[in-house]
Amino acid sequence: MELFFIFIAIVLTQNFVLHYFLGICPFLGVSDEMEGAFGMGIATTFVMTLTAIITWNINHFILEAFNVEFLEYVSFILVIASLVQLVEMFLKKYVPELYQTLGIYLPLITTNCAVLGLALFMVLRDYNFVQSAIFGFGAGVGFTLALVIMAGIRGELEEEAIPKPFRGTGITLLTAGLLALAFMGFSGLVPV
Amino acid sequence: MTKDFLKGLWQENPVFVQVLGMCPTLAVTTSLINGLSMGLATTFVLVASGLAISSLRKLIPDQVRIASFMIIISSFVTVVKLLFEAHIPSISAQLGPYLPLIVTNCIILGRQEAFASKEPVSRSLMDALGMGLGFALALVILGSVRELFYQGTIGNLEILGNWYKSMVIMVQPAGAFISLSLLVALFKRISGKE
Repeated sequence: MELFFIFIAIVLTQNFVLHYFLGICPFLGVSDEMEGAFGMGIATTFVMTLTAIITWNINHFILEAFNVEFLEYVSFILVIASLVQLVEMFLKKYVPELYQTLGIYLPLITTNCAVLGLALFMVLRDYNFVQSAIFGFGAGVGFTLALVIMAGIRGELEEEAIPKPFRGTGITLLTAGLLALAFMGFSGLVPV
Repeated sequence: MTKDFLKGLWQENPVFVQVLGMCPTLAVTTSLINGLSMGLATTFVLVASGLAISSLRKLIPDQVRIASFMIIISSFVTVVKLLFEAHIPSISAQLGPYLPLIVTNCIILGRQEAFASKEPVSRSLMDALGMGLGFALALVILGSVRELFYQGTIGNLEILGNWYKSMVIMVQPAGAFISLSLLVALFKRISGKE
């Protein structure tokens, strides 16, 4: 039950994008097309789940065991960068269409703060191994959900007459604000 | 040189024009002081890693440059985090995980890739300073606006007086998105880049 709460909390009530502001760059960048948004979400979910699993082990068996926690950021970012490289190579070989769609955004997962944020939150909250894995996967699902909803709304917005200064970033941020407001309705779903 | 410095403040402002580094921009700007601390911490990392990378630009092999940049940047972030924890623990606690998240601030990697890895040290210094202060400026403006409408103060100084009822939405995520959206639109309107 506790694991279920962790999952629901990170997908809905404390969504990474709409509550913690993590992963805003791809959220603003790729969310203008449904297919790209979904692909980006899946790739990020994959990287996030693996990151959670690997960084938990590194933190637990290396950093804490040898009292070198100050190396946390350097080692985490290295793990993430290598994982992204791996996913990139995998997609290029086996799913070239998706690789084409994602284009420049794929290497950018490295600087997607949601992935590093995930590892930091995990350490901060002292999750055990299973909790971390669920948390990582849930964070990815939540990210995908936010991205896909946003892509849907932006598709509709293209037809509208938007005041000039709001075109582009302005209206996207405003939409995100209203989405965050809507997601606040989920609070209370999970006991804190 | 002056141009390298000034472009970051207004013309190519990282937040309002380039829309980079959104996570810290939205997350920590609940008050003027938080925004300012985050802005200065980011400026420090930007300048220090810019100097390091610009001096090493001929030694770093092209294939592993991103990984090398990330290691240099995250080392400087570790320095900042430890300094904050030792000297201003209350602010460090308020910023929480967003302080170490400077590592993944796209502005920093972006400037290294676009500027410091190609240009001499002196120009990179000016560029990093300009971008860093432009970022800090944006955070200070957003922090002030949100604090003002939240509880009627700026930097804990009372501005609006007792009659003002606090508006909780301003320090919540929705308020962050909406205020930044309005500021970006305002910036576009003023600078005439429509």
